[in-house]
Amino acid sequence: MFFQHLINGIIVGGIYAMVALGYSMVYGVLQIVNWAHADVLMFATFIGLILATKLNMPVLVMIILAAAFAAILGMSVERVAYRPIKSGNRKMAVLVSALGMSTFLQNLAQLIFGSTTRQFKAIESKTYMVGGLSISNLQILILVVTAIMLLILYILVYKTKVGVAMRACSVSVNNAKLMGINTNLIISGTFAIGAFMAGVAGILIGVYYSAVYPTMGYLLGMKAFAAAILGGIGSIMGSVLGGFIIGIIECLGAGYISPAYRDAFAFLVMIVILVIRPSGLMGAKRIDKV
Amino acid sequence: MKMKAFFSKLKDIRLNRWQRILLIIVLAGIVISAPYIIEDNYVLHILILCGIYVCLTLSLNLIIGWSGQFSLGHVCFYGMGAYITTLLITQQNMGFFQATLLSTLLTSIFAMLLCLPTLKLRGDYLAVITLGFGEVFRLFLTNAVDLTKGPAGIPNIPDPVLFGFEISSKQAYFYFIAIVVAVFLFFMKRFNNSGFGMAMMVVNEDDIAATALGINVVKYKLWGFVIGGGMAAMIGSFYAVYMGMISPTSFAYAESIKMVSMVVLGGMGSIPGSVLGAVLLTALPEVLRSFSEYRMVVYGALMVIMMIFRPEGIWARSNRMLNEYKIRAFESVKK
Repeated sequence: MFFQHLINGIIVGGIYAMVALGYSMVYGVLQIVNWAHADVLMFATFIGLILATKLNMPVLVMIILAAAFAAILGMSVERVAYRPIKSGNRKMAVLVSALGMSTFLQNLAQLIFGSTTRQFKAIESKTYMVGGLSISNLQILILVVTAIMLLILYILVYKTKVGVAMRACSVSVNNAKLMGINTNLIISGTFAIGAFMAGVAGILIGVYYSAVYPTMGYLLGMKAFAAAILGGIGSIMGSVLGGFIIGIIECLGAGYISPAYRDAFAFLVMIVILVIRPSGLMGAKRIDKV
Repeated sequence: MKMKAFFSKLKDIRLNRWQRILLIIVLAGIVISAPYIIEDNYVLHILILCGIYVCLTLSLNLIIGWSGQFSLGHVCFYGMGAYITTLLITQQNMGFFQATLLSTLLTSIFAMLLCLPTLKLRGDYLAVITLGFGEVFRLFLTNAVDLTKGPAGIPNIPDPVLFGFEISSKQAYFYFIAIVVAVFLFFMKRFNNSGFGMAMMVVNEDDIAATALGINVVKYKLWGFVIGGGMAAMIGSFYAVYMGMISPTSFAYAESIKMVSMVVLGGMGSIPGSVLGAVLLTALPEVLRSFSEYRMVVYGALMVIMMIFRPEGIWARSNRMLNEYKIRAFESVKK
């Protein structure tokens, strides 16, 4: 049973990791929490659902198109709700603006798609038994897609020029600007990449549980955010690690302790780790004031 | 720009003693006559909700605006007050007054315990920890069926009897919450002008400078949570007896978010701002009711627009006042 829970945990954890990266990268560059992230994810999942059921698109094309939509939506959110806010207590103002954006998107989705839970059957589910463990083709798909996405992101951030610019922005946006980097473009790009990953994650989780509904982003977003914080927000490796830790602990906790408290484990682990290590597992120690 | 000038003019008005007394008498007159003029029970219900949210916003503003700790789990204290009071009333047959006192005390102690390990965290990390506590609390309410009756909630909470009066009608509740709001406002005003409140505000502004002034930073941060949490618990108790039933859905994460929005929209560390923010965000969905299904969409969009045009909040604390506070805080510490 232990390995079965572990496998389930790794699969869910991979999805958390992808969503967490969106939070983490935006935080790394702008030091704000993008509360509308989870709602962008939900929107993309609905688009994917429509593409798959109404237009009968193949799964991979559907995922890419829906995630591209998410990327555009993510960029628009930044343009509309975050960039115009310049003065005042900026962090707080952006927070409320983001919450407003989140309410807006959630209720817009309810208007357009209705508030009922919809089934999402893009792929026929088959279960294989491997050495006493059951694993479905859906889970294999999720594992493969997650691995590919994380690999692409790694290459993008650490091996390309754009990645260098992004990392420069996360050290200091102002200094990056002085070095001739178009920071506005990089910030937009960061939102787009984060939203793209979230779109993919949303569709995978929608297909995995076969449920799509306007508030689906909330709990998923919360846990992914917990994962990002736990790993050290702003750190890419940390977020991935945090995602897997949250996923595995959640599945082990649900399996061995109590399934009713499944959602509480993620938060409890996060609280304990933050109290012991306030900057997260892999977060750099920052001195705010001297 | 015009609006900004209008507000700054409004903020600079200083009333003398007689004008202040006159203002209070006029306001009291309006409040006393309101239930006689308004016959619609629904409007009265909205007004009572406004009162509840004004108090909640004041209590959260004490934590966010004065002590400078960003809490996203205020619903935890609010819900804890409501549940402890309800359990004491229904299971221990305690009076409303005693039950509220006890639940306020217990919630304050809990707030202090919650605050202790999180003292070294700041900003977003603290926000997430408090959010996590709120979420765990809600899950506990939903799953501890023996104690809280789970998702169905606790029904049939008896109406309170205060000083021989049974409070059961909407009118009676309206007067009750009006008194509570008045007491809260008076307390906040006194708190704001006291050396204690000023010291707390200085800790918020710059805790290193505060340490240099001889202010015990940890003490004020703890007290922020203790007082704010206790106030929220009191209002939670009122909410429980007013609604007559409570369930975990009333204490979901969305409530915390609503309260934070009220605080920031009104203006952090500002008493009139808290009142404005709370009334606006409670009344707005009702005013937008004619848009029916579009109202929440419009509500979200309005929040974004307001933050773009007034990022410091509708009625922000002015800098001149803050400087005054700093000087007075320093003097009160020197003594």
